[in-house]
Amino acid sequence: MIPAAFDYVRARSVEHAFEALAADEDSKLLAGGHSLIPLMKLRFARPSVLVDIGRLEELSYIREQGGYIAIGALTRHHGLATSPVLQRDCPIVADAASTIGDPQVRHVGTIGGSIAHADPASDLPTVMVALGATFVIRGAGGDERLVEAGEFFQGLFTADLAPTEILTEIRVPVTSAGWSFIKFTRRAQDWALVGVAAVARADGVAIVLANMGQTPIRARAVEARLAEGDAPARAAAQADHDTAPPSDAFGDASYRRELAKVLVARAVTEALS
Amino acid sequence: MTRVTVTVNGEPRDADVEPRTLLVYLIRDNFKLTGTNVGCDTSSCGSCTVLLDGESVKSCTLLALQADGRTITTIEGLADGDVLHPLQDSFHRNHGLQCGFCTPGMIMAAESFLRENPTPTEEEIREALEGNLCRCTGYENIVKSIADVAGSGRSSV
Repeated sequence: MIPAAFDYVRARSVEHAFEALAADEDSKLLAGGHSLIPLMKLRFARPSVLVDIGRLEELSYIREQGGYIAIGALTRHHGLATSPVLQRDCPIVADAASTIGDPQVRHVGTIGGSIAHADPASDLPTVMVALGATFVIRGAGGDERLVEAGEFFQGLFTADLAPTEILTEIRVPVTSAGWSFIKFTRRAQDWALVGVAAVARADGVAIVLANMGQTPIRARAVEARLAEGDAPARAAAQADHDTAPPSDAFGDASYRRELAKVLVARAVTEALS
Repeated sequence: MTRVTVTVNGEPRDADVEPRTLLVYLIRDNFKLTGTNVGCDTSSCGSCTVLLDGESVKSCTLLALQADGRTITTIEGLADGDVLHPLQDSFHRNHGLQCGFCTPGMIMAAESFLRENPTPTEEEIREALEGNLCRCTGYENIVKSIADVAGSGRSSV
């Protein structure tokens, strides 16, 4: 399939991208395009203008910055997976990135694109919420605002990001504590049937589920049981509390509920070991 | 229409395309290099795999304009005249293909992988092929073909 016709602008700078976005209200940013182009082929998305920011080197970096690691939004999944900085100081990001799609997809897809797309089945948004990451969002005037990952994802493919804004940087904490990322798939390259990210934080274990509702979902009932001293397997029985998992050809909602309990038990055990 | 200029298999090429033109159709229709196949058209099967600046990508899910000014290698660019590329030779010797439809994508994915990891284990080879499907299910000999080249110092163009 070929997408419907659109105009194309290759941004020379972030400022140029803002200009191009402002020129047409149906314009959309293109990073790697591995979520957007499939949607355009299916006519689920039909922007009039694509503003290609994929070559803005200024938004592709991974650097230590005090207590956190700053990741440029256009850093590709392959770059995350192979980054010595992330492997050492925030390994859950490198690990999760190494499981996204397949090598070809990881050579093109970007962290910013994945987060801005806000697919509840996606790996990186789930990990970002578990880590308590912070997103830097720039507006056309050059002003920046910071949004906590836990507040960013608002609904299915819906995030706290205006069409005229650009997600420019992702800040993840340096974490030496325990973590686990588990994704259950039918085939290696598939989206998670259910995914779990668990991170041991100062205030307890943060547990986040992928593909159990409209956004990445904190398993707060499990977190509370753990805080009360329950063993992981017992606490994990609450994993489907306040979720609304989808049913599809690969598994119905009740299957996903049971799967979430099993995977959360494993993830918490691994994060605490 | 927009002008796109690329280096394909070492040669500068250009074409006028609509912005919505996918890279795989630039390669197949404009440049008449039909070794790159369109399989699933959804970035699942890997039949359309080519190298973009030396890295494997799925050309059915990239715009031709995303490759503008960059370097593309297709299956036609691997052999040196009549001398097969080591991966092509190995797939030939090891019966690494049945119907052959997935083969160009398999070889381009393997070439990209071996450039990153010249001495992989068998498990790493299998994982590196997660983005390429063979519906003849000929994976055993595909993996064998790649393993035969890996570590022998015979890969890469």
